[in-house]
Amino acid sequence: MEELIRIESLQKVFGEKEVLRNIDLTILQGEIFAFIGPSGAGKTTLLRILNFFEIPEKGTIKFMGINPEVINIRRRMSLLFQTPAIFNNSVFENVAYGLKVRGIDKKIIEKKVGDALNIVGLPGMEKQNARTLSGGEAQRMAFARAIVYDPQILLLDEPTANLDPANVMKIEEIIKRIRNERTTTIVLATHNIPQVRRIADRVGILLNGELIEVNSKEGIFSKPKDARSEAFINGEMIY
Amino acid sequence: MSSVDFLIQGIIKALELIFSINPYILSITGVSIKVSGTATILSTLTAIPLAFAISFMHFRGKQGLITLVNTGMGLPPVFVGLFVFLMIVPVGPLGFLNIVYTREAMILAQYILITPIITGISLSAIKAVPRSIIETVHTLGGTQQDAVIETLKEARFGIITAVLAGLGRALAEVGAILIVGGNIARTGSVGGIGEGLSETRTLTTAITSETSKGDISTSIALGIILICLVLGVNILANFFQRRE
Repeated sequence: MEELIRIESLQKVFGEKEVLRNIDLTILQGEIFAFIGPSGAGKTTLLRILNFFEIPEKGTIKFMGINPEVINIRRRMSLLFQTPAIFNNSVFENVAYGLKVRGIDKKIIEKKVGDALNIVGLPGMEKQNARTLSGGEAQRMAFARAIVYDPQILLLDEPTANLDPANVMKIEEIIKRIRNERTTTIVLATHNIPQVRRIADRVGILLNGELIEVNSKEGIFSKPKDARSEAFINGEMIY
Repeated sequence: MSSVDFLIQGIIKALELIFSINPYILSITGVSIKVSGTATILSTLTAIPLAFAISFMHFRGKQGLITLVNTGMGLPPVFVGLFVFLMIVPVGPLGFLNIVYTREAMILAQYILITPIITGISLSAIKAVPRSIIETVHTLGGTQQDAVIETLKEARFGIITAVLAGLGRALAEVGAILIVGGNIARTGSVGGIGEGLSETRTLTTAITSETSKGDISTSIALGIILICLVLGVNILANFFQRRE
């Protein structure tokens, strides 16, 4: 697989707290890469840096070997928040948003929104007010909104943290379907270890702002390189 | 005659004046609505862009501007009246405008009074829009302009409430417009009451003058109209607050 994102010597500080330090990582085209770690490890901050919401104090991030203009690369990626922000509008208008700001033709928008809602299991709900959806439906609608314009990179921040098992399963199926049917690279931040086992290709373990190990899923779960990784995977309190 | 009978008779006469569509009362109501409405429109055109600029832009003196807006929300109307009067008198810096005792002067005074109110309440409504809405716009590929539009949509009911609060304040205001407008009515009695048709006389300033002359029924009639107008504005504001 080709290299898509290269992060070198990344550091992020909030006040006096160093929330990320010396992060070196390469994310490959088309893979599902999962950051796992406890709350406060720096997973969300890392995703926010990748989506340009935070500026690192040190280090570089290159997309396909270049450091492009923010708006251009941003339009090729999408970030799904743990709790999605829903616009006070219909499901259609919410899902169509990313297409409309790109100036896509109305007929194409209608087709793409329909397709995206089919993928997330919300067909025919275009006219419903998005703020009347249940938590699981809202997250799936936000997923449709995030994938409707075929982003090259999909950043998922704890996408199933507040959901019941049935909705967790649906979201995981959507993630796998997108990976299989499109060339989208998916970067997932979670503390749900079984979920990582079910859907990730490669895994990075973040502890106290430090990326202590990057390995294949099989490697992380069968032969972790770092004793702290093994302790975290086994559910021992190491933080 | 007891004070209650006096009041009831005053109300009956006032209702007769209202329902007979008395030209004096009609002209006063018209001036009130025109002056306050114009001031509200001009203030809205200033206040809403100002509130968005404060929310979305980083500039020197931003905190000072917020303090100025907050202070302006509690400005004493008589002070504003005095300030505007001193500005527009012939020897004042704006004396060349020649607007002393005109509706334009009243609009200017009300503009100064209500612009901070509309700005302050709009600012609160904009700040109440979750940060995640703006971040979602950006992550979906939207520009800063898209973020402003989406924030405007989210905060629209709060902003409408701000405008209505400004209008309500303008309609009920008396001190400033009394100083700069002069409470002038054209001479000549119309319909047997008052002093003619209003030039710069509004519902509030007319109530003060009619009461001081002892014409209680006219004062009550003007008061009923004023209360109805302010009540109507507040009912609208409550409606939009509930929608929010």
